[in-house]
Amino acid sequence: MIGTVIRYNIKDINTDLIIPARYLTKTDPDYLAQHCMEDLDSKFTQKLKINNYSILVAGSNFGCGSSREQAPIAIKAAGIKCIIAPSFARIFFRNSINIGLPILEFNEIENFNTDDTLEIRLDEGIIKNKKISIEYRVKKIPPFLQEIISADGLINYTKKIIGKFL
Amino acid sequence: MHLTITEKILRSHCDDNNAVAGDFILADIDKCLANDITAPIAIEVFEKIIEGTDHSLFDNTKIILTPDHFTPNKDVASAEQCEILRNFAYKYDVINYFEVGRGGIEHCLIPEQGLVKPGDVFIGADSHTCTYGALGAFSTGVGSTDLGSAMVLGKCWLKIPESIKFIFSGHLNKWVSGKDLILYTIGKIGVDGATYKAMEFTGEIIKGLSMANRFTMCNMAIEAGAKNGIITPDNITEDYMKKVSGDQYNIFNSDNKAEYSDIIEIDCTRVEPQVAFPSLPENAKPISEVNNMRIEIDQSIIGSCTNGRIEDLRIAANILKNQKINHKIRCIVIPGTQNIYLQALKEGLIEIFIDAGAIVSTPTCGPCLGGYMGILGAGERAISTTNRNFMGRMGHVESEVYLSSPAIASASAVKGYITSPEYI
Repeated sequence: MIGTVIRYNIKDINTDLIIPARYLTKTDPDYLAQHCMEDLDSKFTQKLKINNYSILVAGSNFGCGSSREQAPIAIKAAGIKCIIAPSFARIFFRNSINIGLPILEFNEIENFNTDDTLEIRLDEGIIKNKKISIEYRVKKIPPFLQEIISADGLINYTKKIIGKFL
Repeated sequence: MHLTITEKILRSHCDDNNAVAGDFILADIDKCLANDITAPIAIEVFEKIIEGTDHSLFDNTKIILTPDHFTPNKDVASAEQCEILRNFAYKYDVINYFEVGRGGIEHCLIPEQGLVKPGDVFIGADSHTCTYGALGAFSTGVGSTDLGSAMVLGKCWLKIPESIKFIFSGHLNKWVSGKDLILYTIGKIGVDGATYKAMEFTGEIIKGLSMANRFTMCNMAIEAGAKNGIITPDNITEDYMKKVSGDQYNIFNSDNKAEYSDIIEIDCTRVEPQVAFPSLPENAKPISEVNNMRIEIDQSIIGSCTNGRIEDLRIAANILKNQKINHKIRCIVIPGTQNIYLQALKEGLIEIFIDAGAIVSTPTCGPCLGGYMGILGAGERAISTTNRNFMGRMGHVESEVYLSSPAIASASAVKGYITSPEYI
């Protein structure tokens, strides 16, 4: 995967900032995407479109707060293909895996600036910053979760299980 | 092998007899839950999974649906979301569907209805599902896709968490409640201090706490990033269970030599009533510091899945009796369930609230998440017994939420600024 970075050097970006509750009366991904992050940065979706940003880099404890799956759904529908942060809140983490949105834990986010181009090799746990040609090793996604991601999310994974075991 | 209560419960619910913290398991679940915000997506996922197969709900008695966030329907879009739950409940004969007027806020309602018991594995598409750890269950919040999948399989993927043991000792100061203990604890470890982990609450102080206070503490485990909060069942748990359910249950407890990632001792003698400042629950300050700051407020909310139980309303009524809400303040009291509402009515609490000038709402999560029933405008400030004070949580992005116990929220509603009940 190759993409361009948009970075918010902010800790604890919570689910209320990612998609405020006032928009939770609808579940349409495109509607949610329009309002993604708007209380943090009202130009978020516009910036993504104009600059073709597709990798979100943020501070620790990303996605803390509510269980609302609308948060990773909104981010994915807005055009983000991968999120990199030092840590993620646990429900956000599982929601992202479940909908097939890869997320990577990496402490030194200062190595990735807005407008940098990254090449991400998920299976190897490698991020390459193409601008400065340096490779970084990140914590690999555990094999159990890679199975879910490679099934393109929990829906297909569950379909496989019911086909196999029940 | 010495295990924690969390490890033991999860091991008893999977086919790996050696599973320990760090292992991924497909856990058998006893019950699962969704609300009007999370169920519509879960239902869509469920239908996609079973399409073209002869699968259906794994057990129609083990699914719980509670329209509670934006109900009674706040607008047309919410009405449509609730209709999805209702139609699904009738189509699949979901017997634990709680219609408006016969239910309430999920985390007050489910224990009250005896739908969760010690030793259970319970998942809910709501982050505050961790509340039921107060009964010695493993209970955690998940997402909608998790829930859609669990409704078919009766199973959910989980990583068995490591545990942090909290030992609460000393004695409780006046006005210090479960809410103050948990705000103090989050203040100490931070909003990511227990990420991915179990918070196991132990010690003499916990043994003496009422179920209502225990629910409040476990409810906010997620605000420290925890997977679950948990308290080993004792006679207080058993007395509670006798009142709500005739079902049998299993009591688990941690081995003396169980492994913890950390052990944190809290001397409660030094804990004052707490107020968490905007915009994170970790910004907890002792009331003695806050009193002098004279922080003026516009609104006081007493209720929610954190503090909407009858014990909470009694504390509020005790302070508001023969008092008047400050003329500049809106005070909104929200009983957690219809049963709590009725009990409060019988005890004369509702009359006290109305006499004082508060408004009493039907059970709803409404204002806590900025849904409705008490939205803040730009620059407005609320004291609230809810669980989150993120930027814009209760309305406008430039509004502010301070978190506290019902005692402080009530006293502050009378004075017009954040203050201790000592001054009433």
